Amino acid sequence: MIPEFGQLALIVAFCLALLQGVLPLWGAARGDARLMAVARPAAHGQFVFTALAIGCLGYAFLAHDFSVIYVASNSNSALPWEYRMSAVWGSHEGSLLLWAFLLSLWTVAVTVFSRSLPQLLLSRALGVLGLVSAGFLSFLLFTSNPFLRLLPPAPDGRDLNPLLQDPGMIFHPPLLYMGYVGFSVAFAFALAALLGGRLDAAWARWSRPWTLAAWVFLTLGIALGSFWAYYELGWGGWWFWDPVENASFMPWLTGTALVHSLAVTEKRGGFKNWTLLLAITTFSLSLLGTFLVRSGVLTSVHAFATDPRRGLFILVLLALVVGGSLLVYSVRAPRMEAGGRFGLLSRESMLLANNVALAVVAGSVLLGTLYPLAMDVLGLGKLSVGAPYFDTVFLPLMAPVVFLMAVAPFVRWKGDGAGRVARQLVWAAILGAVAAAAILALVANAGWRSALGAFLAVWIVAAAIRHLAQRVRAGAPGAGLATRLRRLPLAYWGMWLAHLGVAVFIIGVTGTRSLESQSDVRLAPGETATLGEHAFRLAELRQVQGPNYSATRARVEVSREGKPVAVLEPEKRMYHVQRMPMTEADIDYGFMRHVYVALGEPVDDRSWILRLYVKPLVGWIWGGCLLMALGGLAGAADRRYRLRPAAAPRAASTGSAAPPASPAGAAARV
Amino acid sequence: MKSRHKRLVLVGGGLVAVIAAVALVLSAFRQNLVFFFTPTQVVAKEAPTGRSFRIGGLVETGSVQRDAGGVTVRFVVTDTAHEIPVVFSGPLPDLFREGKGVVADGKLDTEGVFRASQVLAKHDENYMPPEAQHAVDQAQKAAQTVKP
Amino acid sequence: MLRRYWPLAAFIVLLLMLAAGLRLNPRELPSALIDKPAPDFRLTLLDAPDRAMSRDDMAGQVWVLNVWASWCVACRQEHPVLLDLARSGEVNLYGLNYKDERPTAQGWLERHGNPYRASLFDGDGRLGIDLGVYGVPETFVIDRQGRIRYKHVGPLTPEIVRERLLPAVRAL
Repeated sequence: MIPEFGQLALIVAFCLALLQGVLPLWGAARGDARLMAVARPAAHGQFVFTALAIGCLGYAFLAHDFSVIYVASNSNSALPWEYRMSAVWGSHEGSLLLWAFLLSLWTVAVTVFSRSLPQLLLSRALGVLGLVSAGFLSFLLFTSNPFLRLLPPAPDGRDLNPLLQDPGMIFHPPLLYMGYVGFSVAFAFALAALLGGRLDAAWARWSRPWTLAAWVFLTLGIALGSFWAYYELGWGGWWFWDPVENASFMPWLTGTALVHSLAVTEKRGGFKNWTLLLAITTFSLSLLGTFLVRSGVLTSVHAFATDPRRGLFILVLLALVVGGSLLVYSVRAPRMEAGGRFGLLSRESMLLANNVALAVVAGSVLLGTLYPLAMDVLGLGKLSVGAPYFDTVFLPLMAPVVFLMAVAPFVRWKGDGAGRVARQLVWAAILGAVAAAAILALVANAGWRSALGAFLAVWIVAAAIRHLAQRVRAGAPGAGLATRLRRLPLAYWGMWLAHLGVAVFIIGVTGTRSLESQSDVRLAPGETATLGEHAFRLAELRQVQGPNYSATRARVEVSREGKPVAVLEPEKRMYHVQRMPMTEADIDYGFMRHVYVALGEPVDDRSWILRLYVKPLVGWIWGGCLLMALGGLAGAADRRYRLRPAAAPRAASTGSAAPPASPAGAAARV
Repeated sequence: MKSRHKRLVLVGGGLVAVIAAVALVLSAFRQNLVFFFTPTQVVAKEAPTGRSFRIGGLVETGSVQRDAGGVTVRFVVTDTAHEIPVVFSGPLPDLFREGKGVVADGKLDTEGVFRASQVLAKHDENYMPPEAQHAVDQAQKAAQTVKP
Repeated sequence: MLRRYWPLAAFIVLLLMLAAGLRLNPRELPSALIDKPAPDFRLTLLDAPDRAMSRDDMAGQVWVLNVWASWCVACRQEHPVLLDLARSGEVNLYGLNYKDERPTAQGWLERHGNPYRASLFDGDGRLGIDLGVYGVPETFVIDRQGRIRYKHVGPLTPEIVRERLLPAVRAL
């Protein structure tokens, strides 16, 4: 009964989504307040019923209901309960249900936190969200129903893909989807503004916290996915330029551009068309990501179980949502760019450079991801674009962005003098150069990449500290240091932390790239291998039984200059049901380095191949991502977004992107 | 500078930067395309020498051998029509198995041995990497057009 | 200004490419084996390890070969369709038990019903490779001369049987 109940809930949710999509938009066009008022209750109802549906599926998993095909395919009676929960989104149907559920969650959040919005804008935005939701729910109902029955029931399930039986995979998909789906809010606001023809600073102020929140989730989701790949795929890499990774990275790039372009739209009323286009593009790339992963047009680790019918459906959905919104953009985008003029060196030009560069990077990732498909379509042969392409392109394109990132906060809106800005950054540049020189001198085989990384990291940190000091000095006279720090707006801290996060990330990448040591060795119990200062002794190998797998577990004693450092227990697991081997690496997580051991394969009765790594600073990669996310969170929580629009005059512009009060800046704020 | 000039500099500078970026992307692109060849194509000398490419097929049953150190492994990739010997150093992926589909990136050396830098055996137990399947399909198609 | 139509135009190009990409999906591609002789085989029967069957034993009749396994969930899904098909008596339905173990497979047929005249046992999956089996289940229609005339990847549905498989069999 429960699965049928879930199915029914999905159907009701679909009907409510249609109501929410059609009536308010119609009402907004006719100026009918009663029709527009449907949006809010419909959104709430839709949320209740999608929540019920996902609850029913969760119950089916917990209760081992193998009469549901989806449960039988993705669970097993020996599967621990936490993985039975995460198995809800372990495969296609359930992850789509999660998608739809999160979309309704975001929609409800909009109705709750945006009470103060003009009704016209709000009902248009909710209408757009309703249409998107209706599209996804129909996709679920017609091609990917998770509640289909299997009669007679299976005696036991096929088990969850062992790769997904990992704590990281419990959280990675929901976080990532929260990010993907969250950009639908910015998308809906953009379309609402286009439909209404009203696009002003207030609109940008409403959009910003939503965009930031989605960006935070996407950042965390990508970081967690990368961390999972690092310890679970077994071979120590943290980013593979796999099509599915690229699919999540592209909306991140355009989303980052959007966050910055919104700043200009809010403060100066500029970049309006560009901001709208970015909002549409970011959500479109999220949809494209879903299409690429779920249709199987690109081959990738993630794309097992493909189905062309589903691909076609998503393609039609993509055509309607993206094509429709771009059409609205083409017809309705403001005719004139009404933003103020700005000088060659100004905050606007800095942010423009940031946007152009991020868009170019996103475009180059898109090119690399889709080119093999294009060649295949045109019959020009099968090929792939290797990771070296992305590495070659990414660094030179991103380095200028990161360089300007440290400069931009010092530059005033409208226009500034090059000399004034340069004087403030001299010290940061000198320190950066010293760091680069030190790396080249001290680290054997450090190349220009390491030097560049060291320079950029120190350059950002030094500039950030200098800027903070400046802000503090400009604070209220007479107040103590602590008070002055506390009085800085949250949005400023957000910008500061996120930029610092980039520096930490760069330190992690540079440190790992230039200092990592790795070795593949053959060891029998009792034997020792050395890697740099670390010695690895294979103490023993034994067989262990897990709930749904059996494994060979090694005990490796790691010591450094004779002193014990850690005991690591990597495993090679064999999952019973899917007969699939899995490498489980074990890692000693240190602040300054990770020691990483993975079991390869047995060579003879006694010895195994082991892969050993010492990875200095690698943890900083994800630490930097956490800082960026924390910055985004602080930015989204800034006071001025919580004020009612009437009570939020332009005085609130001491925010993240605002310069220290200056005559030019003040004059610019009309 | 007059504001018209400033605008010109801004647009011009932006254009130069974007063109440079596009040029960089395209040149990196040309250098890093990894083409795919089946063992039959490799035997027919269609594959480039001195440049990385990708081969796919089945791991010949009984062909996997480790050298004395245990780290370097040799195996044969077949599309059921032709065989290519492959050498690889390092741990093989979890799903690498004799008789199963495999895809490898690497270069051909002068003796006709494929020196793999990366070995992929993705997908679950019941699916073959599409490129490996493609190689086998092609070989069988060819075999059946040759034999009447 | 036409400039604002550029994003839309770019998207349409992308869309056309993705649509064409979908058509390339391996499951939709006709097998390289279509209209080619089925690979020669000699396999023992699932129920009788001492009795073998080969391609030539089937010469002169149109038959349908369904690849299945007891570990395959989608096979259970298509099983009622196969039972119906067998009951209709319109086709000679044979099974290919793929990468399975005899006792488990036999138990599975006992539990769910046996639609097959006989099942070939392909424990190591050799014939599966020769047939270019992607995933289980797959279904092949083979004509009197032993050539493969139709192939379906994935579970059969009543629609596919009605609209594709039966017409293919009747045409022979």
